[in-house]
Amino acid sequence: MASIQLDKIGKSFGAVDTIHAIDLDIGDGEFVCLLGPSGCGKTTTLRMIAGLEQPTRGSIRIGGRDVTRAQPKDRNIGMVFQDYALYPHMTIADNIAYPLKVRGMAEAQRHEKARAIAEVLHIGQLLDRLPAQISGGQQQRTSLARALVHPADAFLFDEPLSNLDARMRVEARAFLCHLQRSRGMTAVYVTHDQAEAMALSTRIAVMCAGDIVQYAPPLEIYRRPATTFVAGFVGDPPMNLVAAQATRCDRGITLRGGGLEMSAFASWPALDRALDRGDRVTLGVRPEHLRIAADGAGGRLHGKLFANEAMGPESLVTLDLDGGVRVTARVFGDAPVLVEGDAAFAFDAARITLFDSAGNRIDDPV
Amino acid sequence: MRNSGTFSSRIGVAFMTPAGVLVTLFVVFPFFWIIAVSFTNRSLLGASALHPQLVGLKNYLDLFDPATFWSQGGFGPSLWLTVQFVVFSALCGQVLLGLVLAWISRELSPRAKSLLQGIVMLAWILPDVVVGFAWFAYLDRDAGTLNQLLRGLHVPAADFLIEHPFLTICVFNAWRGAAFSMMLFDAALQSIPPSYLETADVVGASGWQKLRDIVLPLIRGHIVTDLILITMWTFNVFTPFLLTAGGPSFETDILPIYTYRIAFKSFEFGKGAAIGVIVMLINLAFSLVYLRLAQRGLRKKGKAA
Repeated sequence: MASIQLDKIGKSFGAVDTIHAIDLDIGDGEFVCLLGPSGCGKTTTLRMIAGLEQPTRGSIRIGGRDVTRAQPKDRNIGMVFQDYALYPHMTIADNIAYPLKVRGMAEAQRHEKARAIAEVLHIGQLLDRLPAQISGGQQQRTSLARALVHPADAFLFDEPLSNLDARMRVEARAFLCHLQRSRGMTAVYVTHDQAEAMALSTRIAVMCAGDIVQYAPPLEIYRRPATTFVAGFVGDPPMNLVAAQATRCDRGITLRGGGLEMSAFASWPALDRALDRGDRVTLGVRPEHLRIAADGAGGRLHGKLFANEAMGPESLVTLDLDGGVRVTARVFGDAPVLVEGDAAFAFDAARITLFDSAGNRIDDPV
Repeated sequence: MRNSGTFSSRIGVAFMTPAGVLVTLFVVFPFFWIIAVSFTNRSLLGASALHPQLVGLKNYLDLFDPATFWSQGGFGPSLWLTVQFVVFSALCGQVLLGLVLAWISRELSPRAKSLLQGIVMLAWILPDVVVGFAWFAYLDRDAGTLNQLLRGLHVPAADFLIEHPFLTICVFNAWRGAAFSMMLFDAALQSIPPSYLETADVVGASGWQKLRDIVLPLIRGHIVTDLILITMWTFNVFTPFLLTAGGPSFETDILPIYTYRIAFKSFEFGKGAAIGVIVMLINLAFSLVYLRLAQRGLRKKGKAA
């Protein structure tokens, strides 16, 4: 296993700049997810690490060795593709053993190795089948086995679970998590599924329009999203975002926006400085930090009930705020939530995140 | 239900009729006519022209008569020449060249690829007579372009149509038909998901390993289709006649030209028809062998599992 460093990596297709200048430092044994919506450049970044795309500028190092111009085969990586890329005319055993065949290993020996790794991945009984004869989840593991059969410095995953149905995906995710922790492998993992990124990563690089907006451990990303983009992308349902106008008054700072009313930030220097740049801010609050204000008492977000979904262990209650924005509260417990018509959410001022007029997070008051 | 479609079946029949009549008249009828004629002594001149008589298998037996089979300008040498022609100009020429061109063009930029395909396609879409005349001029001993080029390289000029007639028509046919194989294989290669070859790139497979282990097994069906079509077309191709007219001294007397000589120079229609039927049977045999090979390949893969 080895570390990976991207230094000011950029990629242009003709005149179009898809990746601007990405810096990414991935430690030995780390599992890093590149998370973002489609078209943000995460797959292109992965393909540049693999050597399947040439970066227009910048450099890539794997294990301290500069591989920017090296062929994919000279980077000693294992890769798993979204469509698994299993060869339909080869058996599972031949598919898994193919990297060893290419390296000239004798048939008996490479089938022995394929069998060993297949046992680890619980597909040992399928070795004689063809890819078309096994399930999607088994195909995914076969693809994984092929990447693992030869010891590599790093493993690259391009949305490996997105072709599975929801149940299989959760199962495969836990398996992958277990595998990575037990083998201590360095992995770069591309996904647009924030839950996958949260579950698997040691660190997440959230990407948007060819840039990394935040690179931090999952909980840090969850608790302290760097921008409104990250806040709105991570979490299910994501962080509620309400635009507001901040005004200074005698007792501190007051926020007002459609359906939002709160005041008294007596001492928040960072917010004070942000207000000098513009009085438009965005309030962010996680669904689990909202609670229903009985009879509107202490309510800070006022609106009309839009939906009330009982999920079992929790309920999701959504209000249409007076300003038109929709916010969702997550209420834990399996008791039915009784809300109707006009309602209000309350929250602790300590739980909120504020973003300035440019959408960047305003530092907490301490 | 029958009347709810866009066309009633009566309108459908009406639309089918013109094509149906033409196909019947020019394909179905001649097909059976040829088979029938091959059992008669029908000719252009003489008594048998007016009253052709059934002669049974006489035409076929004459063709395979051991006394004349291998005689110069006979059926045997022509058949053997045609087999060589198919092997060299069709299988080694068109199919292999087409595959190589398609494989190379993958690596080219889109613009270079269209340029290459355009040039190769040109050889395919030009009319026979134009191409024949162009090659005739190109190969001319004294003023031909090829010999001018060779002289520039200090290689002695040659009269290719006289000195190397068979080689010339092989090269000619390969050049003329490679476009079809190239386009077919290009489409076949594009049907292979990029991730298949990228996986191979990551594990370090060489170009040859990728071709042998991944590409060829995946485009097996396309290869068989191509082999069947190219073999049939080459067996039936008449264009080399424009270059060499079967000569000199029967050196390029491939079966279509031989058939033409028998039927339209000696005017032995019955015998000509018999050759036509034999060529058809040979083509049929080739097709069956190819199809069998394709199936056996698949079964072997399934079992080797």
